Amino acid sequence: MRDRAYSMQGRSVFYFTLLLAPPLLWLGIVYLGSLFTLLLQSFYAIDEFTARVVPKVTLATYEVLLTRPAHVDIILRTVAMAVAVTIASAFIAFPVALYMARYAGPRLKALFYVGVMLPMWTSYLVKVYAWRLMLAKQGIASWGFDQLGLTGTLDRMLAVPVVGGPSLASSYLGMFAVFVYMWLPFMILPLAAALERVPASLLQASADLGATPNQTFRHVVLPLALPGLAAGSIFTFSLTLGDYIIPSVVGAPGYFIGMMVYQQQGTAGNLPLAAAFSVVPIVLIGLYLALAKRLGAFDAL
Amino acid sequence: MTAAIVLDAVSRAFGTVVALDRVSLEIAAGEFFALLGPSGSGKTTCLRIVAGFDEPDSGRVLLDGVDVTHAPPFRRDVNTVFQDYALFPHMTVADNVAYGLKVRGVAAAERSRRAREMLDLVRLGEHGVRRPHQLSGGQRQRVALARALINRPKVLLLDEPLGALDLKLREEMQAELKGLQQQLGITFVFVTHDQGEALSMADRVAVFSQGRIEQLDTPRALYNRPRTAFVASFVGSANVVNAEVARELTGRPQAFAIRPELIELAPVDTAVDDGAVRCTGTVLDVLYHGASSRCRVRLGNGTTLAVARPEHVAARQDLAAGAPVLLAWRPEHAVPLQD
Repeated sequence: MRDRAYSMQGRSVFYFTLLLAPPLLWLGIVYLGSLFTLLLQSFYAIDEFTARVVPKVTLATYEVLLTRPAHVDIILRTVAMAVAVTIASAFIAFPVALYMARYAGPRLKALFYVGVMLPMWTSYLVKVYAWRLMLAKQGIASWGFDQLGLTGTLDRMLAVPVVGGPSLASSYLGMFAVFVYMWLPFMILPLAAALERVPASLLQASADLGATPNQTFRHVVLPLALPGLAAGSIFTFSLTLGDYIIPSVVGAPGYFIGMMVYQQQGTAGNLPLAAAFSVVPIVLIGLYLALAKRLGAFDAL
Repeated sequence: MTAAIVLDAVSRAFGTVVALDRVSLEIAAGEFFALLGPSGSGKTTCLRIVAGFDEPDSGRVLLDGVDVTHAPPFRRDVNTVFQDYALFPHMTVADNVAYGLKVRGVAAAERSRRAREMLDLVRLGEHGVRRPHQLSGGQRQRVALARALINRPKVLLLDEPLGALDLKLREEMQAELKGLQQQLGITFVFVTHDQGEALSMADRVAVFSQGRIEQLDTPRALYNRPRTAFVASFVGSANVVNAEVARELTGRPQAFAIRPELIELAPVDTAVDDGAVRCTGTVLDVLYHGASSRCRVRLGNGTTLAVARPEHVAARQDLAAGAPVLLAWRPEHAVPLQD
């Protein structure tokens, strides 16, 4: 039956349109429109001599992006970091989210939510610079390792080629730690939300049918948490792919996609290449979503 | 023979609320047993303690003679049909049914063969590939039943099994459950707040009130010989007459229950048999149900009695609200109640 309250005519259509216009304009023009312009830019190329953008559709910029070894390195480095950060975040976030959602009492749960979100109330830049200080050679991190008698372990970690370096603050290891710290709430919150939605009776039914707690976790809890895990990993993955501040403040000097976008559209003035670089995360996330859907991550939704 | 389930002085409190107060009962193997009571009476807590989802504060639980008071659910030879069915949404119907075998390490081929068998048993053989959300309420109920039965448990627990179904489906499922239980010979224990359900399906019924068993009897005994005012009014909604009113009516200060269908109505000046209890009153209202009519009659002392009359009687003597009327019943039909 059609609900009278939702059927509209005359005046109310006018008001409804008025109400809906700003968000639609925002989404349609400001948001999707600028994204489309960006995509279009990536199909233009820059004239090497005049340094002007030639508004003619060409794949030349993508050729530059994908054939120069330096550019390919940047893409691979960024993707490797994003994958590592996502996996680490998932492993750290899962027990926290599980505890928040299923075991903590109402007060403790509220405390956990505040604790997870509190760091996000601080300026992002302040946190990144604070981490650089903490990870520096004489910083609190190396002092902590020393107090635990683990200086040898730290030195061995830093001696590992590629990920190591002179100090945590100037190694990919340190950058990885900062990324994980920064994006962890974005993994914990959707996971906790997904776990909270799992009805207690499903877990009881599993135990009732003879499943040990381990089996219940594997066959019921984990599959039902997959949509949350997928949502969280999209956050951590795409945030790492696009970030340019953390790699420029903490870690080894190698370039990341975000830094390249920042530099190409700014100092280098090569807007098409900047656009092409920013298309990479979009494509990767698209592929990731398709894969997640294929693996059934959203079946429980 | 050892009883399938023994509860020995089981108590459970949630904070200051006593959910179960030293409840003891024995359920024989192969019995169809009902835990009947209003919400908050302790019947569901009782079931959860048998299933292992909750532990008693004191007392013991024995399954087949073995003390399982502190055993987790997955170590008990008991399976449960949940009120909301609790089907796994991310699995097909067949995988749901086979789950109990899977976690016990049964090979895949054997699993799917037996899942198919169980689905055939509940007449859902063709629905194995579907997801639970694609089924109707009644079908989901049957999937939950098949899933709980696949491990061939000694005892099947059912928590308000028909609560979520509409009336017609509920009646069909009552007959189906009863038939299934007789076919399999498994002990069924079910929780319900619906006295009709308990009476029609169970071999024996335990009536719960405020954490205690008020009466444990066969449905017929429960209906005809309620021992307390609570049982009399909860099971079949008998009229409960307290001791004071009873003295005015019969001369003896003994509270009793009288079924609405055992009271006869007649015009005020009618002569009635010797020995019958009689009194007069005024009709308050009449509800016509087709097969019978139910009216409430207010006596001179203010007590209200419900009277049910079959259609063939009511049709002969139509009553309207406000009519003066004579009530009469055989004294042996009045069931004395404990205080």
